[in-house]
Parts: sequence; structure tokens; C-alpha cells
Amino acid sequence: MATEILMPALSPTMEEGTLAKWLIKEGDTVSSGDIMAEIETDKATMEFEAVDEGIVGKLLVAEGTEGVKVNDVIAILVEDGEDVPTGTGESKAEPAPAPAAEPTPEPAAAAPATPAADTSPDWDADVELKQTTVREALRDAMAEEMRRDEAVFLMGEEVAEYQGAYKISQGLLDEFGAKRVIDTPITEHGFAGIGVGAAFGGLKPIVEFMTFNFAMQAIDQIINSAAKTLYMSGGQMGAQMVFRGPNGAAARVGAQHSQDYSAWYMQIPGLKVAIPYSAADAKGLLKSAIRDPNPVIFLENEILYGKSFEVPILDDFTIPFGKAKIERAGSDVTIVSFGIGLTYALEAAEKLAEDGINAEVINLRTLRPMDTETILASVRKTNRCVTVEEGWPQGSVGGYISSVIMQQAFDYLDAPVITCTGKDVPMPYAANLEKHALLTSDEVVKACKDVTYR
Amino acid sequence: MPAKKAAAKSAKSNVSAEELLGHYREMLLIRRFEEKAGQLYGMGLIGGFCHLYIGQEAVVVGLEAAADEGDKRITSYRDHGHMLACGMDPKGVMAELTGREGGYSKGKGGSMHMFSKEKHFYGGHGIVGAQVPLGAGLAFADKYKGNDRVTFTYFGDGAANQGQVYETYNMAELWDLPVVFVIENNQYAMGTSVQRSTKSPSMWKRGVAYGIPGEEVDGMDVLAVKTAGERAIKHCRSGKGPYILEVKTYRYRGHSMSDPAKYRTREEVQKVRDERDPIEHVRELLLTGKHATEDDLKAIDKEIKAVVNEAAEFAKESPEPALDELWTDIYATEVQQEA
Repeated sequence: MATEILMPALSPTMEEGTLAKWLIKEGDTVSSGDIMAEIETDKATMEFEAVDEGIVGKLLVAEGTEGVKVNDVIAILVEDGEDVPTGTGESKAEPAPAPAAEPTPEPAAAAPATPAADTSPDWDADVELKQTTVREALRDAMAEEMRRDEAVFLMGEEVAEYQGAYKISQGLLDEFGAKRVIDTPITEHGFAGIGVGAAFGGLKPIVEFMTFNFAMQAIDQIINSAAKTLYMSGGQMGAQMVFRGPNGAAARVGAQHSQDYSAWYMQIPGLKVAIPYSAADAKGLLKSAIRDPNPVIFLENEILYGKSFEVPILDDFTIPFGKAKIERAGSDVTIVSFGIGLTYALEAAEKLAEDGINAEVINLRTLRPMDTETILASVRKTNRCVTVEEGWPQGSVGGYISSVIMQQAFDYLDAPVITCTGKDVPMPYAANLEKHALLTSDEVVKACKDVTYR
Repeated sequence: MPAKKAAAKSAKSNVSAEELLGHYREMLLIRRFEEKAGQLYGMGLIGGFCHLYIGQEAVVVGLEAAADEGDKRITSYRDHGHMLACGMDPKGVMAELTGREGGYSKGKGGSMHMFSKEKHFYGGHGIVGAQVPLGAGLAFADKYKGNDRVTFTYFGDGAANQGQVYETYNMAELWDLPVVFVIENNQYAMGTSVQRSTKSPSMWKRGVAYGIPGEEVDGMDVLAVKTAGERAIKHCRSGKGPYILEVKTYRYRGHSMSDPAKYRTREEVQKVRDERDPIEHVRELLLTGKHATEDDLKAIDKEIKAVVNEAAEFAKESPEPALDELWTDIYATEVQQEA
């Protein structure tokens, strides 16, 4: 009986990949464990082994094909003497169980109706743009700053020889050498502390956490040592450094690897907190973070790493902290979000537009300092606000924003602020449960309709 | 690596009067300063936690005698002695204890959190063991910059059981960081004696598992401490990586001012005071070696007392910080120059 070989998912967030190379040809006999192909994900090139035995009846995807969807049939194995059955090779792919990401962002070109007067303040209109993934943008930011300043170095687990667990530091070891791109043992508490000490000693460390879940092991050093020393020393010494890594839910990695720490770090005086959405955010904010004389928590998101956005081609592109971006102008309701929350917010805004509701979408970009002025100005115009985040509801970022609005723009509100958050549960593993635990754009749409009484 | 028993006895004959007098003066300054701090605490002028260094003076004085300009030091919350020994102004330290504007941290740090960039003193840390990776980080910075400075990272026998200490040992040896780990083993982690907290009482030997050499040192003998410190520094400066000194010492007072110290007998404390006191030890060397007379030493006592009284006066007179200090030093605004 013929066996279909499907494009494998080789990471929790992989939706498609490149079939880089076939290591078998039609007519070959393969047995379990043989390497059949090399498959390139957005993170790494992986060898793909056979599980079944058989003769290669047909290779359905040519070498070098990009964007092969997970679960597409890529080859057929047959038994000795068997013909390749007809009608195979059509994609039987069910939608990947990973939470559907937003459609590949079609930058500004496809922009909808609302006036875009104040929506694109980061670069001049005549600047040339380049499609860049968030992953590349982060790498470029670090490389540019390391070229600019000898005191900047990167340390963390797998940042050097492995080229980054999520491939963020790809190429940095080659360019800067082992002195400045440093693999650490798996000891977050220890290396975070060494990083802070190095900052006290005048260096500018970038400490990468493989994910922010693991930074909980190091949180004492982040808060008690990095954030508080400037104050405790009466201004004599502080820690100019960046703690960065992916934050929040990835896909199907369960409760201990799926937590959003935005609200935790946002609470700490002495820390700054940046959380990029687009590749331009990632690049401009990370460059600013590295130059900032304070400890900066830089919250990335694994699902966004592979997304492409336009980034300006400039020698030195930075985005100031404390300046929100209005991603989409609107007049009926203000949606405030940050990081991956923008995917829900922008998707919701599209859907609302179909129903004639014009949402203004604000991308905070930094949570501390927070650009509450931009939020308040928008709320004074729309009289309604919905906040969107993946984190938990109690003590949420949205909770803080709604208190600010209530205290400073109460008279402008025509409806209570609604805070859309992740559900108040540890992240479940099961695909259907995980989907429900996370936020959906439909929930944001409903919240916006509630506050606009539609 | 065998423990090298400190060569204190042989060192004594080579020690000059000047050096001995220096040690005496510095240890006495710490003791009198701490006694005064205890007094001010009792008067309500110092608040919160206040951890006195009385009994342990020979540790920092011996190691500072071995250090060179530009070497760094970092320690826990029992930090007054370290600051005085590295040359910080007693007035500024005492005024920090009283929470005044004239304190090293403008009154915002307190007894446990003081710093001096000028004297390369990096705190003053209140979380047990947290200063250990920080100290290795300071050493990392020096190695990165390519100088030959060494960092003394002090911690107690209590902190020696913290996990981050061993994470740090591993990386310090892996990366050959020039750091001297100084375990000030004063026998008690707050109220828990070493015997009640670990079955492997020889703490320096734990470094052997990571490839770090070390030794036990008599922390009541300032000359022995200095000699061991010189060995440790030589090892670090020559690029061989970290070194561990387990300095056996004893704290006469409670863990902090509010500690009734019921976990040990008065007799135990008295015995150490009578038989092993580090200041008495140097005093004896000075007198028997005819390096000084009773009158000479009395004159020094008087001089130190004056310095401490002056510090106390300053600490009482210095105004409380202005209220707007509440809002300063939370964020640095100045972007640092490129290295």
C-alpha cells in the first residue's frame, strides 16, 4: 500500500518551510531512520528522516521549493512492485493546528479607507523600504550597535555557535567573535547576575533569555540588582543593559512556556519595557534599548519572528521610547495594544470596518515609559476604548490603562473600558483548549461593538 | 588542591612596625565605628536592619592590604567594614546609616546599600548571595577590557549554600574570570550554625568540583589573611581564573541589631573575644615586638575615637534628604559615551 510522506512541522510555530534538498531519488529503497530530505524552517535547516519503509515511488515537490505547507504530501512510498496510485499528491493538508497567524501583512499599500495623516511617523516619505522579518530586524539592530560600540556584547544560551535558539543571533559570532558573542551554560540566575555585574563595570550587555519564562529564574537579579541599584546608590551607578528574548505564548508548548510577562515588568520603577510588533519596531526599539543608559526589558514574540514588514533603509534608524504609534486612524473606538496583540487588534479593525465602525488602533511599543498622552487624546476623540493583550486579566496592562483613562478622561467616556485579555487559566496543551485560552480577534470585535452599542 | 596553612608565623618577623600599626588603626576604626553605629541604633537614629562587623575586622583589613589601586570589591549587607577598609569616608558611611543627605547614597540606600565608584566599591547588596554573580560580572568587565584588575567578591557561610554561587563558580572558572571569592565563614547564617546547615563544612573545597583552587584562612589573623590574599590575587592577575578563600572568622554581635542571639552561649562569644580577638592579636604583636608602647596605642585609640565621633556628629547634623530626592535617580538620563 502506498504511503504518503507529508511535509513535517519541525518547530512549534512552523507553518511552512523550504524543501531544500532531496537525499533520495525515485526508485530508492528507504527504511526507517534514513535521511530523506533537508528542510529549512525559518529557524534552522533540519534533516527529515523516514519513518516507514518502502520504495520511493514519486517525489512530488521539487528541491528548492519554498513555502511548502506543513502536511502537504511531498513524496509517495510504494511497496515492491506497486505502482504509484493516481490522484495522489494533491494537498490533503488540514489547516495547521497552530493558532492561525494573521495573513502575511500586506503593508500600507493595501491600507483601507481611514485617513492616514498621523499614522506613519517613523520615517520620511522618500525613504526606501525593505521587506524584513522581525528576526532579521533584531539581528540587524544588534549588529549595528555592536559595530558602533565596543562595550556592547551578547550573552545567553545558544547565542553563538548554535546561531541562536530562534536564529536571532545568526551571523553575529562570525562577525564579532567569541569575545563578544558568548554562549553561557544553562544558568539564567547566574548569567543574568554576571551580566548586571558587567554593566556595573561599564560594559553594555545584551542578555538573551531563550524565553522569558526562564527569566523567572533570574528575576531577582533583574529587579533587585539591575533595576534598583541606580536609586540605591544615589545615582552613582546603574546597569546599562538589555534583557531580551521571546515572551508570551508560542504554540502548543504548554503552561510553563507560555506566559506573557508584560504586566510584571511594567510595574518596576528603574526598568524600561519595550515590546515591538513589527520589524521596524523591533529594529528601531532594540537600537534605542541598547543605547538607553537604563536596564531595558525587551519582550519579543516567537510567532512574530518570521513575519515580514517594511523597514526603512537608513544608516541609523531608531524609535524613541515612550512614543506610541497610531497604526490605523479611526473615530469610533480606540483599540490599545502592544506586541502580538496588534495582530488581533488590526484584524478586528478590518472586520469592524466592514460593519462601518472605524477603529483607531494604537501600538504602545513601550510599556514603561507608556505614552498615555496618545491614548488619552484618542479616547477624547472616540469616547470609547478597548485594550488588547495576551496576558492574564488580573493586574493586566489593560487594567492599568483603564485606570488612567478613568482618572484622566472620565468625562469623555461613553462606555466602560473593556480589557480583552488571555483567559485566566494556565496555558493548556490541547489545540482546541489553547485556542480558547488565547485571545481572538472576534472577541475584540465583540468588545468594540459592546462599547459602541452596536 | 591542598589547603595551604597560612604562613602567619613566619610572616610576622618580616612585618614592619608601620604595617602593623596600619592594620591596628584600620581594624580599630571599624570596631569603634560599629560600636558607635550600635549606639546610634539604640538611640533610634539608625533604623531598619543594621548588621555589625565586630569580630571580623581582620578579614577586610588583611585583604585590602593585599589589593592594588583599581581592584574592585563587592559584598553583602554586612558592609560597613568593607567600606571603611577600602578608604571610604566614615562620615559618608555613618550619614547613610542615619539616612541623611550627606550619606554615600544621599540617604536612599541605607546600611545595606552603599556604593562608591571612586573607591571601586560596588555595594552593599541585600539579597543573600546575589552579589556573587555580580562580582564575577565586574571581573568579566575587567577581563573584557583587557586590564589586570581583580574583584574581591565577599559572601558569608549562609550565602555559600545559594545556588547562584555555584552557577557563578562554573562560569567564572569556564571563562577564567579574575575574581577572588571570599567566604567570610563567621559560623552562623543568622541563627543557623554551619553544622546545622551543611555536612560539608569545608566550604572552599566545593570549588574543587569546578576546578577552582582555594584554601582555608585564619580570619582572626590579619597577617595570615593578607598573605593568603596575595596568593589569591597573584593567581587571578596572572590570568588563571578565580580563587577561593574561606576565611574563618567570628561575629561577636547578633546577625542584626534585633537578633537576641539565643542560638549560642555568651561563653562561646566571650571565649573567642578572650582568645582570638583580631585586634588584640595585633596589639600584642606591636607590644611584644616593641614596635609601639602602651602610650602610642592609647594615642591611636584616641585619634580613632575622634574620627568616629566626628562621623557620628556629621551623621546627626546632616539634614534629611530633600523630598524631591524621592523622585531622582530612578532612571539615568545621560546616554553614556561610547567605550
